[in-house]
Amino acid sequence: MELSKIFNISGSALSAQSTRLNTIASNLANADAATGDPKTVYQARHPVFASVLEQASAGSPPGAQAAAGVQVTGIAQSQAPAIARYEPGHPLADEQGYIYLPAINTVEQMTDMISASRSYASSAEVLSTTKELMLRTLQLGRG
Amino acid sequence: MSSITDRALGIHPQALQVASRRMELLASNIANADTPGYKARDLDFRAALAQAAGEQGAGRVRTTHPGHLQTGGGQGGTGPALYRVPSHASLDGNTVDSQQEHATFAENAIRYQASLDFINSRVSSLRKAIKGE
Repeated sequence: MELSKIFNISGSALSAQSTRLNTIASNLANADAATGDPKTVYQARHPVFASVLEQASAGSPPGAQAAAGVQVTGIAQSQAPAIARYEPGHPLADEQGYIYLPAINTVEQMTDMISASRSYASSAEVLSTTKELMLRTLQLGRG
Repeated sequence: MSSITDRALGIHPQALQVASRRMELLASNIANADTPGYKARDLDFRAALAQAAGEQGAGRVRTTHPGHLQTGGGQGGTGPALYRVPSHASLDGNTVDSQQEHATFAENAIRYQASLDFINSRVSSLRKAIKGE
């Protein structure tokens, strides 16, 4: 049945968007995590999305019109250099008096969070509409 | 394929099939709204429905073996999925317009419900005719 595939597709989108929200939460939580060594500073993480084709049904021409879900193919770490700040009184400061902070833009992360939550809500709405239609299809001919 | 029930239901069983196929593609568009390089797709509803209705006719060749060649549409008769002309493509190559997809999805859901309601009322009419009330 065609409609039941939508549960897989939208479910994969929900899963991918929640991974994205997870990485954003991790980035925001570590935005102020200072270290005394620029090599050990936290690096911002970003998920990489790719579409994955659903298994085509038997007898269909290959790749004709298979619908696609989403998968997270990996978590990319930012290569941005750490921000050095001069704070000689800080307990983690190095010999020159610098501490190192991750190069995370809080505003950028917040807008990314809004985008992720909107996409999550979209797919959740698609799921609920599909569920309602399937239930009505199951009751076909009873009324 | 010309029993009284088939004639009573008209094109609506095929319309349900095409609408559910289209819902799948639209759900896939909405799911991939943030995937780089994804191209939004859709069905030409009129052509797909005409093809689905045509395949129910008497001239269709049945395939009984996986190796047999497909005639006509093959995949339940809903034609190929076309790529949407992007209204504003983004830099990462994604052509999904979330608002447009939502509107189309809602419209398609209404179409689906309309076909369901039509079939339901025809079934109840037939039931009344059989009972002779």
